[in-house]
Amino acid sequence: MTGLGEPLVRKEDPALLSGRGRYADDLPVPNGTLHAHVIRSPHAHAKILRIDATEALALPGVAAVITGEDVRKLTDPFLIALKQPVHQWSLAVERARYVGEAVALVVAESRYVAEDAAELVAIDYEPEEAVIDPIAACGKSAPLLHPACKTNEISVRKFAYGDTTAAFAAADRTVALMVDYPRLSFTPLECYVVLAEYRPHDNSYDVLANFQGPFSTHPVMAKALRVPGAKLRLRIPPDSGGSFGIKLSVFPYIVLTAVAAKVTGRPVKWVEDRAEHLLAASSGPNRITRIEAAVTREGRILGLRLDQLEDYGAFLRAPMPGPLYRMHGAVTGAYDIPNVDVTNRIVLTNKMPASLIRGFGGPQLYLAIERLVQRIAVELGLDHLDVIRRNLIPTEKFPYRTAAGALYDSGDYMRAVATAIADGRLDDLKRRRDAARAAGKPYGIGFAAVVEPGMSNMGYLSTLLTADARARAGPKNGAVSMVTVNIDPLGAVSVTADVTVQGQGHQTVLSQIVADRLGLNPADIEVMLEMDTGKDPWSIAAGTYSCRFSPGTAVAAHVAATRMRDKLAAIAAKQLNILPDDIEFADGQVRSHYNPDNALSFGRIAGTAHWSPAMLPDGMVPGLSETGVWSPPELEPPTSDDRINTSLTYGFIFDMCGAELDPMTYTVRVDRYVSMHDAGILLNPLIADGQIYGAFAQGVAAALYEEFVYDENGSLLSGSFADYLVPTVGEIPKLEILHQQTPSPLTPLGAKGIAEGNCMSTPACIANAVADALGAKDISLPITPLRLHALLAGEEAPVPLGASPPSPSPLAGEGWGGGSRSIGTPVPHSPTPTPDPSPQGGGEQARSA
Amino acid sequence: MRRVSKDERSRIGFTLNGRAVSGEAEPRMLLTDFLRHVIGATGTHVGCEHGVCGCCTVLIDGVAVRACLTLAVQAEGRAVTTVEALAAPDGTLNALQQAFQKYHALQCGFCTPGILMSFTDYLARNPHPTEDEIREVLSGHLCRCTGYAGIVAAVLAVSCGSPN
Repeated sequence: MTGLGEPLVRKEDPALLSGRGRYADDLPVPNGTLHAHVIRSPHAHAKILRIDATEALALPGVAAVITGEDVRKLTDPFLIALKQPVHQWSLAVERARYVGEAVALVVAESRYVAEDAAELVAIDYEPEEAVIDPIAACGKSAPLLHPACKTNEISVRKFAYGDTTAAFAAADRTVALMVDYPRLSFTPLECYVVLAEYRPHDNSYDVLANFQGPFSTHPVMAKALRVPGAKLRLRIPPDSGGSFGIKLSVFPYIVLTAVAAKVTGRPVKWVEDRAEHLLAASSGPNRITRIEAAVTREGRILGLRLDQLEDYGAFLRAPMPGPLYRMHGAVTGAYDIPNVDVTNRIVLTNKMPASLIRGFGGPQLYLAIERLVQRIAVELGLDHLDVIRRNLIPTEKFPYRTAAGALYDSGDYMRAVATAIADGRLDDLKRRRDAARAAGKPYGIGFAAVVEPGMSNMGYLSTLLTADARARAGPKNGAVSMVTVNIDPLGAVSVTADVTVQGQGHQTVLSQIVADRLGLNPADIEVMLEMDTGKDPWSIAAGTYSCRFSPGTAVAAHVAATRMRDKLAAIAAKQLNILPDDIEFADGQVRSHYNPDNALSFGRIAGTAHWSPAMLPDGMVPGLSETGVWSPPELEPPTSDDRINTSLTYGFIFDMCGAELDPMTYTVRVDRYVSMHDAGILLNPLIADGQIYGAFAQGVAAALYEEFVYDENGSLLSGSFADYLVPTVGEIPKLEILHQQTPSPLTPLGAKGIAEGNCMSTPACIANAVADALGAKDISLPITPLRLHALLAGEEAPVPLGASPPSPSPLAGEGWGGGSRSIGTPVPHSPTPTPDPSPQGGGEQARSA
Repeated sequence: MRRVSKDERSRIGFTLNGRAVSGEAEPRMLLTDFLRHVIGATGTHVGCEHGVCGCCTVLIDGVAVRACLTLAVQAEGRAVTTVEALAAPDGTLNALQQAFQKYHALQCGFCTPGILMSFTDYLARNPHPTEDEIREVLSGHLCRCTGYAGIVAAVLAVSCGSPN
């Protein structure tokens, strides 16, 4: 039993369960390694006038204090995707642009001494006006982050697919909505760690870091350090404490620590602590979307218009603006909409630079689309589920080419929805809603239909450029996956692959795939995933992100193991005197299919290639090492009219939930949550469900709890885990997972990406449930008690004349009791959402309760 | 009472997982740093250093504590137990660890040691907890990968507790 497709328990677990994990900070360091501490800007926007480190350097044990001037001399600014003078080095140069930006690096014999010395470094700042709100940042008089750009809105691109004008002209009416997706980060529990060594004799760097990829960022680091790629050896530790996209953004610190190693002439190690992680590591971009649909009376969507303003913070880091373009081909979501116009805007503000985060553009897009579909139902007086089903892509249209160019490989959306409703007991859910409403409790049912892309087309980002700019720069496309299968002289199989470990069980699944091909037991397959750019084959697509494992690296493993199988079959056929086609691999043996007694052990056959190359069939290359490379042809470059197939596979998720609001504490309780997934063939259902549970918890976090909150001058108000509410077990509702497996026709394993889906669907589904409960139009995330109170209770009456001075506004961070952890999260001074004047159905009754 | 100046490194000794260990530390050194970088027991992890995430949970005299909120000097002469003590010398996982593997109660494994130590303490005092009691203990820990579902199932299974 080879176990491919089986819910095998993970071979990674025994080491991790007994404290034998090998995370970056666990690994030994060379003698004489120094330790670094980053000094960070307390201002959101300020000129750096002077840095005086004399007192710090006098402290025993301090080796160096490195500043922006040093970094500007020794390195180049990081490459970015846009031709705009937005220059970022690994330390602030001349000006700090967000609270927490790295301004100086103290290097000393220990982290303790480095932190002591940091307090002795005198830095003079000249604070400048900061801009935090993305819309204000677009204003003419807004303070400029990068004056040379002459604006903070550094990119506006318009796209038109189909004939949207005609669609809007033909429509019975239009339905519009503005949606604001907040800033948050899926803070991995292990922070950044970098250990860098510089070798002066050949001007090369050797760095260990819990970087996660994509390795398209390796050239960005090498160019910043002014060395060819081969002179920046980057090694990834065997274990990493979660990443969720966040650990792409360790790359500026890899360059900074490398510079420190060069300046001090000794190895330098930096371990990020939680306070600086929350302040300055990375976050997803916040996005304001104006979305409008041209609809018929029956709720059929003829055309869509989206205007997406995405706030990337103080700099545009590589590979931004990924989230704004990753979903571009799939901008019409799960719906059969032939006409769509899109305007993509990038704005910079005095906030932490945004970067990769699980969901990567999906959560922002689907909050807009799925809230709009609910609004279409409300404003046309239709059932929300009917409007969804009326627009879903019909099964017979697959493979379906979207208006913007995505090729949805396979799907059966209607059956998935039908199953979710039946097994999910939608009728029972409606009974619970009606009972709750009868008891005066606001209760709503929400839905969300989401298409989840898997394995990004590395060319999607070039859609950002105009067609002729792309032509000049040369086309970009594709996604390469690489896996090597080796067999040693005793017949033991080992595998290396181009993924970085973050907890997804890749070793287990790779061993299942290779064992399946070679007729062995997964336990016999040794998988080593410590990436080393100096020794492992890698491409710009290497790393673990955008669900590239199942549609990518897994297939490369299948390709490599199949080539190895064919080679062994040829060797065995010669020795067993039969034809290769008659060979079968099973139970650790290589034997004749028709005469199983005519067999040899796997080890024996493998040994032949090592011990007696002369016995090999004519022309066969000796040695048993096969590298499988998989580069699917469907990932084409953007077309001249900007159509782009942004990913290889497209899964489908249909979520349904019931949510009840406590009228006393204004907290949202998810009463039931059902999530139907069609991610093609599941390679390991146990691990696949684990990814769904994890993405769901992060979706709930975005919907109800997590948000980076800045005050108007850019200070971060959610700077510890007591203010930035990562949900505990008490805040995560029970999840009912349903599966449907429509294989992908584009990969031999038929498996699609599965790990980002609920990050995309859950915020929209919960928001829809709350909107249904309240009959409200504008639901901003996270739906904290303060926001619900503002929505329900509306403005307080003005203070009568002659009374005592007005108490602080109810919105200013007033602590709220109630709920296990629902401490009132400070609410930024965004406009108070106004309740919808046209209440619908149960919502009306609830709001008057 | 021994008086030690702020920068002076003194020798600290305690039993770690049944064996005597000792090393030098300044008074301000955290127990997490002492365990991980002086003794080399890297099974205990550091996730927040302000007592919220629970990754650093160890037992001192059998009671679960946050090692990041404990100074190394405070462990002098005590019995410290960390995740490295749970499996048998030959690597065989104990019942709690096996249940975590069976129910896929871990993914990246960074929060796992702390959770195992909290339940090692708690199950010793309340061997058959209800699901609500298990969730109460688990609410002292953050996990970013699993969504907690597998962890609750694993602890319920190993303690034959009663699900809600």
